[in-house]
Amino acid sequence: MRKESSGKKNSRILIVGSIMVIVVLLFAVIGLFWTPYDVNGMDVLLKNKAPSFAHLFGTDNFGRDVFSRVMQGAGASFLIAISVVLFGAVTGTVIGAVTGYFGGAVDAVLMRINDALAAFPSVLIALVIIAVTGNGKYNLVLALGIAFIPSFVRVVRSEMLVQKELDYVKNLKLMKAGNFRIIFLDILPNMRTVISSSLLIGFQNAVLSEAGMSYLGLGVTPPDPSLGRMLSEAQSYIIFAPWYAIAPGITILLLTLGLGFISHGREK
Amino acid sequence: MKKHLLLIGILILSVLGGCANATDKNGGADSNEPTQGGSIVIGIPQDLDSLDPHIAKAAGTDEVLFNVFEGLVKPDQYGKVNPAVAESYSLSEDSMKYVFVLRDNVKFHNGDVVTTEDVVYSLRRCAGFEDALDPSVTVESAFSIIKDIYATDNKTVVVELTAPSTELIYYFTTAIIPKNYKNQATAPVGTGPYKFVSYTPLESFVVEKFQDYYGTKPYLDKVTFSIYANIDAAFLELMAGKIDLMSQLSSDQAAQLTSIYNVVYSNFNLVQALFLNNDFEPFKNPDVRKALCMAINRDEINQMISDGHGTIIGSGVFPGLSTIFAGDLVNYYKFDQAAAKKLLADAGYPDGFSFTITIPSSYDQHVATGEVIVEQLKKIGVTAKIELVEWSAWLSEVYSGRKYESTIIGLDANLAPGDVLKRYRSTAGNNFINFISEEFDVTYASALASQSDAEKAELYKKCQNILTENAASVYIQDPAQITVVKKGLGGYTPYPVYVMDISKLYYVK
Repeated sequence: MRKESSGKKNSRILIVGSIMVIVVLLFAVIGLFWTPYDVNGMDVLLKNKAPSFAHLFGTDNFGRDVFSRVMQGAGASFLIAISVVLFGAVTGTVIGAVTGYFGGAVDAVLMRINDALAAFPSVLIALVIIAVTGNGKYNLVLALGIAFIPSFVRVVRSEMLVQKELDYVKNLKLMKAGNFRIIFLDILPNMRTVISSSLLIGFQNAVLSEAGMSYLGLGVTPPDPSLGRMLSEAQSYIIFAPWYAIAPGITILLLTLGLGFISHGREK
Repeated sequence: MKKHLLLIGILILSVLGGCANATDKNGGADSNEPTQGGSIVIGIPQDLDSLDPHIAKAAGTDEVLFNVFEGLVKPDQYGKVNPAVAESYSLSEDSMKYVFVLRDNVKFHNGDVVTTEDVVYSLRRCAGFEDALDPSVTVESAFSIIKDIYATDNKTVVVELTAPSTELIYYFTTAIIPKNYKNQATAPVGTGPYKFVSYTPLESFVVEKFQDYYGTKPYLDKVTFSIYANIDAAFLELMAGKIDLMSQLSSDQAAQLTSIYNVVYSNFNLVQALFLNNDFEPFKNPDVRKALCMAINRDEINQMISDGHGTIIGSGVFPGLSTIFAGDLVNYYKFDQAAAKKLLADAGYPDGFSFTITIPSSYDQHVATGEVIVEQLKKIGVTAKIELVEWSAWLSEVYSGRKYESTIIGLDANLAPGDVLKRYRSTAGNNFINFISEEFDVTYASALASQSDAEKAELYKKCQNILTENAASVYIQDPAQITVVKKGLGGYTPYPVYVMDISKLYYVK
């Protein structure tokens, strides 16, 4: 009985989360092709105008339409977050799987490097990498991607340690299957639930990290919009034009909370 | 929803109302009596590039170090220089020899008395005469006409020139530092009204009142310059009243702070421009540069960023230098997109081109200017891309290294009339836009040598003409300097040069 109700609750959370993410995604995807106004179009006469039917989320300090900018900014943040997670996940999974499966000296060395990397806050690592490579969208993906590797390595490696002791792996070994075949074609597919939930959590973190980095002025360069940069610029207008901060803020909230709900709802 | 909109409306009205009040009280200095003591926090939007006054290059550093160091003479708020470490000075009739008489008992912050040896050392260091010269010292190019610097007795220092100059006096504002002191870059020692306490990179620069200061003693005991990555980051602290004074705000930002701050509008005394690297391919062609001058709407930039409080310029001099400012050049290039497009097509770029604008990320005002310019250039088919760099990277890559395509920055200048123009000489070390014009070099040299003020002004105006006719860069404006000063704080004094004089600040009774 209890189990059933909690299952129901979980599925409800899953639905709510999905709706939140889909709504943001929908606007973000539309925003890549079409926005109500030119995202960078300025107009002195429209500076800091409150929300209205013409400008749903108002205008910013350059008279640009905040709604259009949120649409495109969400798209930019989204694409960066996806690239970051994919980069981190693929690299992290390969390293984690290989080291976990073979063990030995390589495992010990790589895991200590991984520990060292994980010991720093991911934003700090990303900042260091950006300081070396220079600012820009692609460098941000690289920087955050590297910062995201350790968490995937850990998850995949520990799961690999469990899986490689299971009977089906031993049987495959007896059948003289190649090690890499066993890792990539047999074990990894069995780990999809673990990997997919770390992907979701990773994605949620990546959205926040991207917002954090562009809040610090790294990543997307002005005048192109990104949610974090909009928040940063809106700080100065928070009393004067609160809509400027609220619009990107709520978008980030919807996206990350929705992702959180989804990964929570998928448990069990 | 309607109710909320109404609320927001009321909020805006009240803020706007506050703004109107503040402008009435323009000046910040209430007539109330000053009190002694107290400490304040001043927000600054960039780190200091060096604590050694002869090495520092950034205007923002000079602005702060102005309070710690003094020269033989010192600028005042009226654009004059007054004796400081020197008690008096005289210039020989042929303008070939300056004689400085030192003030008695001027003390360095470490307690030592300033001697002629220190003065000679300081001047020689700036002029590049010292043998074992630290290569990072910025040699003052105006000092290149100095033949010799020496002391005749323990009170008198003589500077002999190879060419006559009445303007050189403005350069003797250069800091006097102790000769046998090696830690200038970490624990600076000068003669100014405030002495150094501590410096934490990217965080703060702290000074305290120098008790043995020879001049009018400052009021405040301690001043902390807090360094912020940008104004946005400082803004919440301003709202909370944690910063007592900060410049370089936008008018929108200032308008929200009127409940606890007075707003002071003044001029920046900077030449803000889209500086074009004249060595970079499309900008090698003067017609391309002219096209950009016509395509950029300076009034719109001014309106957008400072509600029209800035002053539009048309050449490399800001209006504060009234004697040489060529006002007729302001509208030399009229905003005309069609003409700009045509000029560009004739120059071989019918489809436009793309280039990068490198901007130091800590200067909101320049970044915002860049955003507006990107939009304006789009309309003539030119794609500009903004690249934000850190201040130190800007200094090394753009300013010193000249590895850039274009940049937006504000250039400050010394009070000497020719100072603001001297960087455009073909051989000048700080000619970072790579402007080459023989005519300019000749005109500048004769202006500098001229003994008659009227003729000098005429020649400097001609220099500006050459810059504008060749479209050396896209000159935009002398930006509005919008400063917020905490209510209850008086004595904020805008200068015609880029300095922040904290010795005049005080708490009112």
